[in-house]
Amino acid sequence: MTPFRLRRTHLLFSSTIAGLLMAAPVLSQQPAAQPAAAPAAAPAALPPGSPLIGRPEGNEAAPADKLPISKLKLPPGFNIEVYASGIANTRSLRVGSKGTVFVGTRFGNKVTAIVRKDGKVETYVVAQGLYRPNGLAFHNGTLYIAELSQISKIDNVENVLDNPPKPTVIYSDLPKDEAHGWKFIAVGPDNKLYVPVGQPGNNVLHDKDHGQIRRMNLDGTGAEVVARGVRNTVGFDWNPKTRELYFSDNGRDWMSEDVPQDELNRVTAVGQHFGAPHCYQGNLPDPEFGWGHSCSDFVPPVALTGPHSAGLGMRFYTGKMFPAKYHNAIFLARHGSWNRSKKFGGDVVVYFLNKDGTVKSSEVFLSGFLENNSYIGRPVDVEVMADGSMLLSDDWNGAIYRITYGKQKVASK
Amino acid sequence: MRLVAAAGLALAAGAGLRAQTVGERVPVCLACHGEKGQSATPEVPSLGGQPAPYLLIQIYLFREGQRVVPLMNQMAKGLSDDDLRALSDSLAKLPAPAPSSEAPDPARIERGRAAITRHRCNSCHGLDLAGRDNIPRIAAQREDYLARTLREYKSNARHGYDGVMAEVLGPVTDAEIADLAHSIARYR
Repeated sequence: MTPFRLRRTHLLFSSTIAGLLMAAPVLSQQPAAQPAAAPAAAPAALPPGSPLIGRPEGNEAAPADKLPISKLKLPPGFNIEVYASGIANTRSLRVGSKGTVFVGTRFGNKVTAIVRKDGKVETYVVAQGLYRPNGLAFHNGTLYIAELSQISKIDNVENVLDNPPKPTVIYSDLPKDEAHGWKFIAVGPDNKLYVPVGQPGNNVLHDKDHGQIRRMNLDGTGAEVVARGVRNTVGFDWNPKTRELYFSDNGRDWMSEDVPQDELNRVTAVGQHFGAPHCYQGNLPDPEFGWGHSCSDFVPPVALTGPHSAGLGMRFYTGKMFPAKYHNAIFLARHGSWNRSKKFGGDVVVYFLNKDGTVKSSEVFLSGFLENNSYIGRPVDVEVMADGSMLLSDDWNGAIYRITYGKQKVASK
Repeated sequence: MRLVAAAGLALAAGAGLRAQTVGERVPVCLACHGEKGQSATPEVPSLGGQPAPYLLIQIYLFREGQRVVPLMNQMAKGLSDDDLRALSDSLAKLPAPAPSSEAPDPARIERGRAAITRHRCNSCHGLDLAGRDNIPRIAAQREDYLARTLREYKSNARHGYDGVMAEVLGPVTDAEIADLAHSIARYR
């Protein structure tokens, strides 16, 4: 299995768009539902979500010029640009210590690395032949990769992008359920690797191996459960002040369109139970599994994050670029509802905390992905870069955006 | 007899797939999947009326080995991305299959209809179960293929675009699967 390096090397953003326009003059955002073009004609643009976006055969023309950034709304002073495009099903993001951006995917089978050098973007495949490598963590030079049912690692990954070794499996004591089986992972301030195991279904009286977050040593040994009653978390991070773990959790479906809301939770002691499947959103006993339990038996969320909004990746903002009010606030990417009649979410929300770690207030930070009850993009993960800018992945368009503060404002003066 | 002949033709043709144009390849697919979008081959799905994005994703999964059906993995081996797109666009033009003409069992049809509602199949597959985008048409699909596919989703053997079908099938019983397949195969 020889890892290959994409030959595509291009200038950032504007030149990328120009290049794509020349390479693919027939671009269309229409899903490929119409009759196919004549075989000789250039193929139509791939529909959003296509597994072929980003594949290295010349038709990776992810429609960078069609990406919806001009429709995205941010608070005054913030700017957004395309950081990378043409990478199918971009999910979890991690930045290495040398600035490499690693990209996981739920649908594809490889982990991608993006390097910016002298204004150019280079793309590498650091691992392939994987199964739902959605989760990534980076710690002391090592990249940790979470597939559906195993965790592996590549040491010194940023030094071996050109010729990475096959990842070494460190942990595989995980169920193989497809439902909520894809993972988000992270290394905590305790130098432990945190790995969630979702409920294997919409609303399930799960066994002792599901519905939880585990942590383990960085070699995969010593696994223990740190949070229980977790339905499906696809994002967590630690408060830089208190070092407490906060995680997003997606509530059950089909109870009603408006409840339960999804949760933002805080772990203050190892082994706490957050309710699922007996109690949702802290105060709503489940009609099926609530009997015999009281919501007061469980740890309530610190914030409700909207009905079926699918809050996924979240990070505390630890950079300096954004204004002071955002420092140490939580940025949560909401993928957006999938089955709600009126779609909800598809944005980034910021949660401001009190000194004691409770949530003071929240506001929508980035919106515009939801148009006429259809998604034109779907946020998955946020990641803070060393310069304080923020990356945002959009798995629908196979794109990564970069959010900055201030530059454009200065330039326009 | 027909299955054996069709599979033989498909296997024989498989080796030369790379050199063929899409126009030459499609008949190989249809030898098993049915010339007019309607499969007469046991456990082989009808392809008629499927949305092109769904077809493309499935052929992609076959090529990458993420959906495991040895014959199909062999057939998709070596296809380029352009091949995948041309094939899926071409196959998407096949007419939708007709509902099964085998005699229906009214009680099972009734139970299947109730199960369709209970498990909210229409929420994604549409009121007519005709599918859209990456969601397949299931109306009038072969009963044996439907039953097998539902069982595979329930056991996590079938890998979809995401985990939704595995989630849906979690609480569905084997008896319900049989009724669902019986009813959906005759869905009008």
